[in-house]
Amino acid sequence: MFESDHPLITSLYIVAAVLFIIGLKMLNRATTARRGNLISGVGMLAAIVATCLLKGMTFGWILFGAVVGSAIGAVAAYAVKMTAMPEMVGLFNGFGGLASMLVAWAEFHKWRVEGWVKYHQLLGTGAPDSPLFTAVATVFTAIVGAVTFSGSVVAFLKLGEWITGKPILFRGQRWVNAALVGMILVTAVLMVVRGPQDITGYGALVVVIVLSLLLGVTSVIPIGGADMPVVISLLNSYSGVAAAAAGFILLNTGLIVAGSLVGASGLILTNIMCKAMNRSLANVLFSGFGSGEGTTSAAVQGEVKPISVEDAYYILEAARSVVFVPGYGMAVAQAQHVVRELGQLLEKNGAEVRYCIHPVAGRMPGHMNVLLAEANVPYEQLVEPGDVNPVMDTVDVAVVIGANDVVNPAAREDPSSPLWGMPIIEVDRARTCIVLKRSMRAGFAGVENPLFYKPNTRMLFGDAKATVSALVSEFKSE
Amino acid sequence: MLGLLFFVFVLAVFLGFELISKVPSQLHTPLMSGSNAISGITIVGALVAAGQPHGGTLVTVLGTIAVIAAMINVVGGYLVTDRMLSMFRHTEKKDGSHV
Repeated sequence: MFESDHPLITSLYIVAAVLFIIGLKMLNRATTARRGNLISGVGMLAAIVATCLLKGMTFGWILFGAVVGSAIGAVAAYAVKMTAMPEMVGLFNGFGGLASMLVAWAEFHKWRVEGWVKYHQLLGTGAPDSPLFTAVATVFTAIVGAVTFSGSVVAFLKLGEWITGKPILFRGQRWVNAALVGMILVTAVLMVVRGPQDITGYGALVVVIVLSLLLGVTSVIPIGGADMPVVISLLNSYSGVAAAAAGFILLNTGLIVAGSLVGASGLILTNIMCKAMNRSLANVLFSGFGSGEGTTSAAVQGEVKPISVEDAYYILEAARSVVFVPGYGMAVAQAQHVVRELGQLLEKNGAEVRYCIHPVAGRMPGHMNVLLAEANVPYEQLVEPGDVNPVMDTVDVAVVIGANDVVNPAAREDPSSPLWGMPIIEVDRARTCIVLKRSMRAGFAGVENPLFYKPNTRMLFGDAKATVSALVSEFKSE
Repeated sequence: MLGLLFFVFVLAVFLGFELISKVPSQLHTPLMSGSNAISGITIVGALVAAGQPHGGTLVTVLGTIAVIAAMINVVGGYLVTDRMLSMFRHTEKKDGSHV
């Protein structure tokens, strides 16, 4: 068929890159997002076709792998419940990292078997004269790919609650991680210097892979559930970086462009998530936040005022404007459908209904939006804290459903609080605030929430789904 | 050639920053899973490893596993994103009336 620098192949890769760019651009707007995703998928198809047109390709194993992988991917994509979306996205991402890692290993092995001169020819025209560059690209791809894979698997296990979502900390954890990084660097240098034909150099790659897989595990286990939005978007970025690095091994611009786009977009999301918590990336990754080891703030003044479903109904019935503030608790209780039903009843009752969503509510970026969209909440009603906070004084009732830290007024009032400075949804400024909660337990940050003790706050204890259903039947029985 | 690759790399990173910087938060999840699917572009390397005869059996084995993993990433990523976005689109029709 064609050499890798044949104009047809090159054009197909360019087409793929352009389609990825257009697709990502269209993912920026709700009205065009679905078409954008499709366009980006066509780009992927173009890249795959281009690769299959290369000289000397045989398709037996490719077909096998493609059928198996597609089947697994398709079944998983359709079977997954919307509430399990964070862990599924994380897992898909991990497989991308795994693929990059395996590609690096396969390339290194090919180099070992064929020798540099032959391998150099296989890389095509324009291949670097010195093997150093290819070796560095190979080891870098292997490291990032392996960390992405094992990190994502741990994130998957945490989010699916196969293992505890709490930070897992042990004595000297940072030293262990630092030692791992040091060992990876030393082994990587050994690998690059010796090259694949020396058994030491080849063995070094395998050691690098094993150590990097370990590093992925030890660097994600100390991060708690509510910090997962940051981790998931960071791992997303890593998988892009790994793909771009693989592009430097294979000297393939298609890989480099697509990988860098993903790397950059993942970084931006990570940054948005960190800002939404007013914490640095380093703090999220290394502090073991939420392990309950932090300082506890001063005792909170005031008393908790529990109310019954009936009382809550009367408050809501009289309300002209209602803002729902959902959090992870709504996802756990799977309450999104009844919440939507309650919202519709309130609208029929003449109230203006909005759903205010904090960027880090839930376990992945945009988690609450996806759940409420699944429940058919029109996206015009999904608003951001910046839209509601300025007019919070005019809101009759704010209903907090399973959210805690993102509505904690300590972020504004208590400079000693770990949450100090975090942009929150200021529900305490609404005329009345109803908090749906299972118990008085503190939120993820382990911080007492003064909101529960405010004079205008009413606590409605119980399972979110059961409570909201009860409210719905109150409305219907009238 | 290498200089050119780095040039492309830097430009693509900047383009990525520009493309994504103003995404409304309701699209964060689809954006993440959609870009996640794009990271499956590493399928290109996997296909080469699995399909070309160079390097012997181990390369074919590693390549085939890589094809499986990358295909899970690509197919799963695109489908799950589409599934999420189909729900978003559904709400676009103003059907506030039906329950």
